Amino acid sequence: MRARFDVVVVGAGPGGIAAAAVAAAAGMRVCLLDANPGLGGQVWRGIGAGTARSYPHGGKFVRWKARLDASGCEVWQGWQVVDAPKQRLLRVESDVESREIEFVHLILATGARERFLPFPGWTLPGVMGVGGAQAMVKSGLDASGKRVVVAGSGPLLLAVAAGLAKAGATIEGVFEQATRAQMAPFVLSALAAQPGKLIEGALYRLWTFGVPYRFDSWVRRAEGHARVERVWVSIGGKERAIACDWLACGFHLVPNLELPRLLGCQILAGCVKVDALQQSSVEGVACVGELTGIGGLEKALHEGEIAGWAAVGNQARALSLASRRRRQLEFAARMERAFALRPELRRLPTDSTIVCRCEDVTHKELAACEGWREAKLHSRCGMGSCQGRICGGAAEFLYGWGPKDARPPVYPTKVATLAAETDTADRASR
Amino acid sequence: MISAIRAAIAAIQAASVREKMLADRKISLTVNGKPVEVAAGTSVAAAVMMAGEPSRFSVTGEARAPLCGMGICMECRMTVDGVPQRRGCQLLCADGMEVQSS
Repeated sequence: MRARFDVVVVGAGPGGIAAAAVAAAAGMRVCLLDANPGLGGQVWRGIGAGTARSYPHGGKFVRWKARLDASGCEVWQGWQVVDAPKQRLLRVESDVESREIEFVHLILATGARERFLPFPGWTLPGVMGVGGAQAMVKSGLDASGKRVVVAGSGPLLLAVAAGLAKAGATIEGVFEQATRAQMAPFVLSALAAQPGKLIEGALYRLWTFGVPYRFDSWVRRAEGHARVERVWVSIGGKERAIACDWLACGFHLVPNLELPRLLGCQILAGCVKVDALQQSSVEGVACVGELTGIGGLEKALHEGEIAGWAAVGNQARALSLASRRRRQLEFAARMERAFALRPELRRLPTDSTIVCRCEDVTHKELAACEGWREAKLHSRCGMGSCQGRICGGAAEFLYGWGPKDARPPVYPTKVATLAAETDTADRASR
Repeated sequence: MISAIRAAIAAIQAASVREKMLADRKISLTVNGKPVEVAAGTSVAAAVMMAGEPSRFSVTGEARAPLCGMGICMECRMTVDGVPQRRGCQLLCADGMEVQSS
C-alpha cells in the first residue's frame, strides 16, 4: 500500500507534535508517525489528560495535543521507518504490515537516546539507563521499595532521581562525573538566561532532599549474581561500595541520527546542520529538536513550530521564533560543555568487559581494531539487533572511531517488508 | 529538622503512589509460563522485569534485562504470542498475552 501526504513528521515527541499540528492546521495533508504506543516521545512518555500535571510542562502537552486533535493530522502510532528507498519516499512497518509513504516535506523529530559507556557489570539485569529507568517506571515498572543508585552525567540525573523517589524508590546517591568547576559557568549562565530551568532543578533537588549528590564521581563497576546487587563508586577520588537493586547509569544524550544519515543530511559535530527554517542539506527534509543539538523540550517545541510554518510556506511566522531558538541553541551548547566526559571513563572497561551487547564483543577485541570496518570484519561489533545504536556512542568515546554508517533497513525488519519493496531503482545512484 | 522534612516528603510521595495504584485496572498475562498481573498501560518490558524474568539470553548465554526503555537497545526483544523479536518496551500488556524470553 502506498500513501501520499504533503508533510510527513517522524517522531511524536514535543518537536514532532508541534510541527504536525502547525502544518495540518494550515491545511496541509499531514501524517505524524511514531513507533511508540502513545504520543509524547520520551519526555512525555505515558502522559494522559489525567496525569499531565505530574509531567514537566505537562500543560504544554495538553494544549499541543488539543491543537493536534483539531488540526486534522493523521496520527500513525506503532509505525517504524525502516528505509527511504528513493527520494521523497519512506518505507514503514507496523507489527502487522508494511507501507510506503510519499511526501513533499519530511520533518524528522526522532529525538535522542542516552550515551552508554561500558564498565564491568553493566550488562547485569537491573542496570538501566537514567532515562531508561525513568522510561521503564513511566511504563508501569514498580519502583516502590527499590534502592537505586543514579549515576553518569547530565541534567537528567537529578530529574530522574526525583521522579524515582516520587514513585517510591529510595535513592542511595546521585553521582555526576562532571566536576563542580565545569558546572559553575553553566549554572551561572542558566541563572541569567533560563531561570525557569534552574527552578525546575531546585524542585527536583527538593524531592531528593537529603540524598547525596556528588560531582567528580562515577560508577567503576557493578556486581551481583543474577542481577545487580552493589556498585563500586569513585567519589571524589575515593572508592565505596553501595548496595542497590537498580543502577540507573547514562552519560547524557546523543541524537538519533540514523534517519538523517540514511537520507544524506549533512551532520556537523554530532548534530544535523540546519538553517534558520530547520531545513537540512537535503531538499525537503527538515530536522527539529534533539537532532539539531541536545536542548530539551522547549527547544524542540520551538523548532517543531518553525519547521511546521516553513513547510506551509509561512517563512515570516517561522522566522518570528528565531530569537528564542537562538537562546535555546546557546543553552544547548553550554550544556554540552558542562557535561563533557572526563578521560578517566575511558579506563572503566577491562579486557573482558562487553562493549557490544548484541554480539557480546569485548573491550579487548575492539581496542585492537582501527575502526568500524575492521571491528565489523573481525567481531560483528555493531552488526547485531541494535545496529550499533548502543556501542556506537561508546566506541566513539573509547576508541575515537567516527560515527557508524546508517544502512537500510535502519531497523531490524520483517522479510515480508523487504519482499514488498517495489521501487529501488535509484538506490544505486545515491 | 532534616528528618522531619524527609518524612513529610515521603508522606506526600506515598500518597501519590497510592492514588495511582487505586486508579489502575488489572491485566493478566504469562511470562515464561508464570502468571503475572499488572496495571493496565504497563509495557511488556516492565511486566517481565517485575516478574523477575530475563528478557533474553545473549549470544554467550548471559541473562539480560531492559536497558534503554525506549526502543533503542533491543535488550527487551521477546517472543510475544508466538511472534519473535518484539520490543517489549514498545508494546503494552494485554489480557491473556503469552510472553517468552528470547
